[in-house]
Amino acid sequence: MSNLWPAVEPLLARVQKPARYIGMERGAQAPEHSSALVSWLLVYPDTYEIGLPNQGLQILYEILNERGDAVAERSYAPWVDMEGELRGAGVPLFSVDTHRHAGRFDVLAFNLSAELVYTNVLNCIDLAGVPVRAEHRRPEDPIVVAGGHCAFNPEPMADFVDAFVIGEGEEVVGEMTEVISAWKRSGRTSREGVLRELAGVPGVYVPAMYEVEYDGPFVREVRPRFADVPARVDKRTVADLADWPYPKNQLVPLVEVVHDRLNVEIFRGCTRGCRFCQAGMITRPVRERPDEQVRTMVREGLRRTGYDEVALTSLSSADFSGVDGLVADLVNKQEGTGCVGLSLPSLRVDAFTVGIASEIQKVRRTGLTFAPEGGTWRIRQVINKLITEEDLYAAVDGAYSQGWRRVKLYFLTGLPTEMDEDTLGIAELARNVVKVGRQYTKHASCTVSLGGFVPKPHTPFQWFGQNGIAELHRKVGLVRTALRKSGAQLRWHDPEATFAEGIASRGDRRIGRVIEHVWREGGTFQEWSERFSVDRWQDAMAACGLDAEWYVTRHRTADEVLPWDHIAAGLHRDFLWQDWQASLQAHGLPDCRWTPCYDCGVCTDYALEHVVASPVAPAGGSQGTGQDLSQGGDMPVEFLTHPSTRPDAATGASERDKQVGAHAG
Amino acid sequence: MRGDQGFPVRLRFAKRGKVRFISHRDVARAFERAFRIERLPLAFTVGFVPRPKVSFGLALSVGHESDAEYLDVELEDAVDLDRWPDTLSAALPEGITVTGAVGLADRAPALQEAVTAVQYRVGVAGADRGEVAVAVEQALSRPTLGTTRTRKGREVVEDVRPALLGMEVRPVHDRDDDGRVVVDLEVSTQPKGTRPTEILAAVGEHLTAERVLRTHQWIERAGARLEPLEADARLRVPEARAS
Ligand code: SF4
Repeated sequence: MSNLWPAVEPLLARVQKPARYIGMERGAQAPEHSSALVSWLLVYPDTYEIGLPNQGLQILYEILNERGDAVAERSYAPWVDMEGELRGAGVPLFSVDTHRHAGRFDVLAFNLSAELVYTNVLNCIDLAGVPVRAEHRRPEDPIVVAGGHCAFNPEPMADFVDAFVIGEGEEVVGEMTEVISAWKRSGRTSREGVLRELAGVPGVYVPAMYEVEYDGPFVREVRPRFADVPARVDKRTVADLADWPYPKNQLVPLVEVVHDRLNVEIFRGCTRGCRFCQAGMITRPVRERPDEQVRTMVREGLRRTGYDEVALTSLSSADFSGVDGLVADLVNKQEGTGCVGLSLPSLRVDAFTVGIASEIQKVRRTGLTFAPEGGTWRIRQVINKLITEEDLYAAVDGAYSQGWRRVKLYFLTGLPTEMDEDTLGIAELARNVVKVGRQYTKHASCTVSLGGFVPKPHTPFQWFGQNGIAELHRKVGLVRTALRKSGAQLRWHDPEATFAEGIASRGDRRIGRVIEHVWREGGTFQEWSERFSVDRWQDAMAACGLDAEWYVTRHRTADEVLPWDHIAAGLHRDFLWQDWQASLQAHGLPDCRWTPCYDCGVCTDYALEHVVASPVAPAGGSQGTGQDLSQGGDMPVEFLTHPSTRPDAATGASERDKQVGAHAG
Repeated sequence: MRGDQGFPVRLRFAKRGKVRFISHRDVARAFERAFRIERLPLAFTVGFVPRPKVSFGLALSVGHESDAEYLDVELEDAVDLDRWPDTLSAALPEGITVTGAVGLADRAPALQEAVTAVQYRVGVAGADRGEVAVAVEQALSRPTLGTTRTRKGREVVEDVRPALLGMEVRPVHDRDDDGRVVVDLEVSTQPKGTRPTEILAAVGEHLTAERVLRTHQWIERAGARLEPLEADARLRVPEARAS
């Protein structure tokens, strides 16, 4: 039976939010399957509401369905209640498009956007009726693929995933389809054969083709098992977004989801060089979409979807060259019905950003969010987030004076070289922000959102020992005490969850057993605080004979082989190490899009270059073109001499939450 | 106030199939998007966040189907209403079909207050046809019909008999797609709505409403029973027909 709807339907009366499982979005497809076509099931391993808007998944869904040799459908992790119903009734995981058995697809492809979804991936594979460990799969089982940012350290998931896609998927999914199609035509016999072929596709990493050799607790080498398997897998990058105007038919869900609006990606990559930010590092260089194409995608997207809000997405949209003109035109020239809201995430914290925001939020000025990330100028130089206090106060002054009442500030704690004065600097900034606001309105409010820092692979901080649970609690406590009676509210990320994230973030292949253990103990939806328990992770580490502190809080040395060294994001290891050393000296690094190239390796190695929509850089101060780094290096610090910088644990606020815009909270 | 300057319109629509699992609110949002896709000249409220002037009738429970849903919307300009059903249906999710549109008379009462009774067709599980028929007969002959509801965490017993206006077991050949016994049910909506599932549970505790279809909504006025599209329609001058 290929359509499971008759079996699924009776279960829906008994679960919360049954519309999660019906599909039917505007833009959804109901492809016809045939044995001649390679069928992909694109699975987002989190709830429907979080997974549906994912642009990467929607792009691949369209690209695959446009091909003559492939079909693609979608699935999302069923919530706990639905999982119970499915298991109770013996119904497998299914696609939401045509309610097809997940285990009947040729490919199960997962998007790994965060470490804490790993156990959900195992759960989905299991619900599909497919063996969870890759080594147990038979030729008739689907090929399990995973991509997304977390694939840049594939090792913790190496036991469960047949093939990882490193980098952008637009081109590589076609090449993989061709390999799998040939395998199907040849009778789909040896699984090893097709995996070896896939290992030859640039950007594809097949862990079974590599052997890991250990040296005590350390990795000595990750070695290809065959001569034709590449020793290093380089990421894939599309050279020019102009060739990829996707999604063309953004899905419009019937129920409310996160980012429920038209989303138009205006650029990829970021060259600000924030040292904690993996997304910025692994997506270089900057590729801006042509201005005209952005306008067309907005115009046609609004017309087709019926949305009245559009987000211009990227890692930092106020950095788009010519953003002011674009925003002004979009706000003023929306024909059609009613009002159109616009939102854009921005990493800039300055009057320029507020200027753009006031252009957008003409009437309802509720909240603005800024991400200074560090409490003092010194620590902001360490992390290369070069925002001066004057920038921040100018931004919040602009915001409150122009009618905004709520300002949200994102900070990280547990950063390299962080001393208590840096942590306390967070409270100090927040107090001053409230003071600025109270000059304009007694209702001025300021929320501080504090995340524990988790060092990520392929960043200059990949060698840093994360702060432990106790240390992060202590730092949160410092800020909390210092914010008493300040008028600012504090929210913080659970240090225990930060710790678990740290295990998976820089884990090696042995962590696979841990993930499996947590899953078998019922640990799904770990990024949901009501479902998370750090004890499960600690117990799993102990059961596998592994030392959690060794993985999380230990500083790595220059000569240590890192578990992801055979995966390349294009950043030279030398560059990352130098940048790490520079950070310890609190030396900043300029934005290479507007200042000369310092050869991090990406453009030079991959024959790529920045693509900008306009030769004119965005205006404004230190965070626009003319970066003034003269203050860099003024205050050299000694690393790890202060008691508060004991290596101990923590997580960055997700980039997508840093929104400036019409409906931003 | 309705009809002050705009053109109020009442729509009837069906909600059938998979789409029955979306909520009343989701339906409202789908209509707002459909109005924008079709660029209908909606009238907007004035204020910080202008909203289209749309009002929906009685909520339908998630999972229930309907052939008789209504909404009132106010337009800035008159449009050709005959084209509406098809145009809007194309812009709405599959399963939501607009089946009628009329211009409303000035100062027509709001749907929520005007509708007095609702009719359902229910696929019943938990008993065979004979048992259901006996239970229905007994229920109708009783002066009260208690059902337990949870209100603010406390169980309270309420009498749903006054809300039960009529109930009839359909003939054998009218079984639903899954072969269940089918019951027609008419429920009063005033002073407050009662769910068909609550009535059924009061009729027989082992009975469950597996499949619910709302078939009609009625406006009772001066002894007459009117369908909401007819009740407050603006009088239309019949157009001369070229034949
Ligand atoms: S290679 Fe040069 S221009 Fe390209 S991202 Fe690296 S530093 Fe910037």
